[in-house]
Amino acid sequence: HLATSLPLPPERDHLRPRIDLVAFMIDIKSKYSLKNVEASLAYVDDSFFLGKVCFLVTGVGRVNYCSIEMNAIRNLGEVYCSPVLFCELEVEGSQVATAQRLLRMLEICAGHVPGVSALSFSSLMRNCADD
Amino acid sequence: ENADPQRTAFLLRKQWTLYSVTPLYRFSNAHLRDYARLLSSFIAAEKQKGLAVEVGVELDIKVSVSSLPYLKGSDQDQAAILVQLSSRSPASPKNSEEKLIWSGWFCCVSGDDLSKNVPEDFTCLPLFLVNGAECYTSIVGSWFQKTFDCSFRRLAISPLILSWMAAMWTGCKVDKTASAMELVFSVPCLPQPLDISYAIHPEDAKALWDTVQKTPGEIIQEEVDVFMDCLYSHFHRHFRIHLSATKLVKVSTAIASAHCDGIIKFLQSQYLTGVLMLLTELAISQIE
Repeated sequence: HLATSLPLPPERDHLRPRIDLVAFMIDIKSKYSLKNVEASLAYVDDSFFLGKVCFLVTGVGRVNYCSIEMNAIRNLGEVYCSPVLFCELEVEGSQVATAQRLLRMLEICAGHVPGVSALSFSSLMRNCADD
Repeated sequence: ENADPQRTAFLLRKQWTLYSVTPLYRFSNAHLRDYARLLSSFIAAEKQKGLAVEVGVELDIKVSVSSLPYLKGSDQDQAAILVQLSSRSPASPKNSEEKLIWSGWFCCVSGDDLSKNVPEDFTCLPLFLVNGAECYTSIVGSWFQKTFDCSFRRLAISPLILSWMAAMWTGCKVDKTASAMELVFSVPCLPQPLDISYAIHPEDAKALWDTVQKTPGEIIQEEVDVFMDCLYSHFHRHFRIHLSATKLVKVSTAIASAHCDGIIKFLQSQYLTGVLMLLTELAISQIE
């Protein structure tokens, strides 16, 4: 399911299936996309931040188009204890690789992989932060 | 530290294309005349090969290579090196004036980060600025690459850095009536290219920056963000367009103007060294 911002329209709440993973997309070329994501984060229930949220940052192939500072993105990942995935969605190879990663994460978040839960993502994050 | 305005006047109000240059091997300030001679022969040879220059014009090209010792930030910096190509049409009389057709200068302002890490035989002049035809740029560039084993790369300026320039230069004091601050944005994802030009009265811009900047002489990323966000919100209030979703491509202030393709224009000699310091830093980060 794709949305340009949160909260999702309440009218369709009863039709919506359970949400297992929220991937926030940030385009490095657009400061606006970062602001939009920051505003939308406020509408996400706290329980999601135990491994069911990730940040997808695209456009990283072209440093010269950078409108967002890397520190701001790193901070976001740290503050919300969620992984940050860097990709270049305009490049087919990266598109496919990113889709595969997200799918794998989604499988874990939905509980389809025995022995691994979404909580492993956030504990991984915490270990890195402590280092 | 401030360069004499008279000696730097020729650098102002000209459009300079920027390159980053890796350190030059076995370059010496004592041999500038020799370099000029060698470069001159190289250009003549390229012309013979039919590779050089503008079509239809037979020009006699004279090369001069000189040092600009006053263009540096600290004593550790190498003095800037200026290369100029002038022409005299063979048809005109011997003592007629030569016309300057191409200028390029290497410089390093406060480039300690690079120079302290580089072995003895290397000279650090990471920033190269060019004004003139591309054909001459590529000839001079190849000669330097061959002779000093260095490499040139166009220096691009990201929207993030352009915002810093906008904030930094707005804060500078200018004596005469300053020109308006202008920001140009390119709108992505449209079938036909669209540029938005946003002009701000220099006093308003300075007043805004003065309320944002906490410590004079020091700028941090948060302050630049707040400054730009205020400008963006103001624009959004009037035009319902989110400039933050577009690409900032050009910044013009009374101090200087900069374009994301790596093109700069210096407008005030008083701040020349300051701008060169920032550009040197950019060039160094592109090299590393």
